[in-house]
Amino acid sequence: MDASASRLPLANIWIAFITFALAALMGLYQVAERSGLFPKIEIIELYFRSVSSHGVIMGFVLTTFFIMGFGYWVASSSLKIPLWGGKGLGWLGFFISLSGTAMAAIMLFTGKASIMYTFYPPLKAHPLFYIGATLLVVGSWVWCLQMVMTMNAWKKQNPGAPVPLAMYGMTANAILWFITSLGVASEVIFQLIPWSLGWIETVDVGLARTLFSWTLHAIVYFWLIPAYIAFYTLVPKAAGGKLFSDEFSRISILMLLIFSVPIGMHHLYVDPMQSAGWKFVHMIGTFMVAVPTLITGFTVIASMEVAGRLRGGKGLFGWIKALNWSNPMVLAGGLSLLMLTIGGWGGLVNASYSLDVAVHNTQWITGHFHLIFAGTTVIMYFAIAYYIWPSLTGKPLFSRKMALLQLWLWFIGMLVLTLPWHILGLIGQPRRIGVPPYSAEFTAPWEPYLILMFSGGVILFISALLLIINLLFSHFKRKSSEKPVMEYAQALHPSLKMPALLNGFGFWTAVIAVYMVASYGYPILQFFLMETHGTFPWSI
Amino acid sequence: MHVDGTEKKWVILSFLMAFAMMGILAAYAINYNIRPPSNVETIDSNALHLTEEFGEDNLGLKVKQDGSVVVTMVAARYGFYPQNMKVPSDTPITFRIASADVLHGVHTAGTNMNTMVVPGYISELTTTFPHVGKFPMFCNEYCGLGHDYMWSRLIVVPKDQFKLPAPQGGAQ
Repeated sequence: MDASASRLPLANIWIAFITFALAALMGLYQVAERSGLFPKIEIIELYFRSVSSHGVIMGFVLTTFFIMGFGYWVASSSLKIPLWGGKGLGWLGFFISLSGTAMAAIMLFTGKASIMYTFYPPLKAHPLFYIGATLLVVGSWVWCLQMVMTMNAWKKQNPGAPVPLAMYGMTANAILWFITSLGVASEVIFQLIPWSLGWIETVDVGLARTLFSWTLHAIVYFWLIPAYIAFYTLVPKAAGGKLFSDEFSRISILMLLIFSVPIGMHHLYVDPMQSAGWKFVHMIGTFMVAVPTLITGFTVIASMEVAGRLRGGKGLFGWIKALNWSNPMVLAGGLSLLMLTIGGWGGLVNASYSLDVAVHNTQWITGHFHLIFAGTTVIMYFAIAYYIWPSLTGKPLFSRKMALLQLWLWFIGMLVLTLPWHILGLIGQPRRIGVPPYSAEFTAPWEPYLILMFSGGVILFISALLLIINLLFSHFKRKSSEKPVMEYAQALHPSLKMPALLNGFGFWTAVIAVYMVASYGYPILQFFLMETHGTFPWSI
Repeated sequence: MHVDGTEKKWVILSFLMAFAMMGILAAYAINYNIRPPSNVETIDSNALHLTEEFGEDNLGLKVKQDGSVVVTMVAARYGFYPQNMKVPSDTPITFRIASADVLHGVHTAGTNMNTMVVPGYISELTTTFPHVGKFPMFCNEYCGLGHDYMWSRLIVVPKDQFKLPAPQGGAQ
């Protein structure tokens, strides 16, 4: 990549990791506070300010900027054509998102938006928080448009040729993000901004929660798909093997795209304002979305087995030993799959229409999404950064050993943090609490797990620091190297022609639109058909 | 298009696993009526004290004319009212809960009682407590800076030691 083309992805990824480092520090404070070991730092106002900032940064800022940066890198390295709309348009989107992030961050850090990443009306934040969050999303829509249009431009220039899998996945992710962000965007634009400015008096909390649920599940697939792209196209390459099946990778991506949006009401299983029938419909889709993940597991493990056998691995499990585990991408891929296996199993519990009441809003949930998101997904972001850093900066990675140590620490820290959280949830600890004054008869069994949680947090923080040090030292190293040519894994059976349905999105976008209307049409419409009572704003 | 034989089997198996899980949940929902609390019923949370059902004097445990046991509760920053509810064991109990202000949640840890309490809507769920004892009733949704302080107890008393009040009012 030439220097001017790599500035845009680099800027995006640096914003992602700088904010990540800040949020990691907050995470460390939160586990310390919550552990009860340090009474001096138990300041409840600061704690909820920290939890809100940590959630917004990790969920919205780290992810959006990282994915935009990775997307720009994939577009230029896989298609090798100029970005549609030019780099200027990309920078415009970047600065819109960045200004929104700055606005929201000031409100969060000054305690004027301690309302959690889920917004939670009728708790009211400063209007600039909502406006900033909206700008962050609006800026990312520019990116969505550029991904889709650049892929289309490539298809016009290469009629009939299969779109490179990495770009196919990235474009699916852009479409997914655009569709799923419409939910939270309508909540914020039509309800929260006018309400926080005093233009309307009340909001219907039921409607707000339903709209937010539209975004709430698919957003995690927006975070996860880049990790899957790395699984399909970078892990097999780094392992020295081939992608087991290009077609099934595309089918998985399409299934994720179709089934991840119209199922958000599983976040509302125990909410009173939606009826059981609609929840059941969303439960069906929720289990369907497990299928592409199971297929992905197969494809990735099979691809790694191909690599292991090419390296001389023999026997049923010998290929695992033969893999090059000292390559950060291979190591991260393996660790990520392990976390996905444990976390996915927990996810099936949450998805269960009737079992969910046992875990809803307990610390189990926090354990689940840290394992799937912060573990499975973010560890792949690290590996992607290590992998593409030399091509972006023109400098070799500062230390591969440090990268390996960092990935191991992240994995170990994440298990030490989240397994106790799952147990805490099962024995009743609610999520999003500080050090509550509950009676000791209920909290005594929590103690050992709280200590474990704190140790996990410390390990994770050290790992986060190692990441930043490694990337920083690489970037600002004097010595530059030849920029490596980045390649993606080839399929075991490369296709010269791909069925049109597996090479484009037009038909599938129409399918999603129909499915969305079917599953969210009435649940949203009902608020306009029945007499509802809005709620006035409340301060925290 | 190339499809590997083992892969095809795995894809079929993946679908079967998903269908099996859906089937089990559907069977429990249909045969045992195990569903998440879902009750599309609105109320004006700004004027909760003016409604008859959620007026201060009417909160707590009641027996309806048809013999069903109903517990009416209000969730408000930062407590559940009435506090320290006593209920009989092995008796189906219907909870009706409304919020007087913001979003709350009630989780009676160790039981199946777990529902969000959304302002503007009445939460209703029916459950039976087979185990006697004191259970914590936590607010499980962030509701403001005093959220940590929002909790109560649910005391499940053996059925034969619990004297139900006389039935009142019409069946609702």
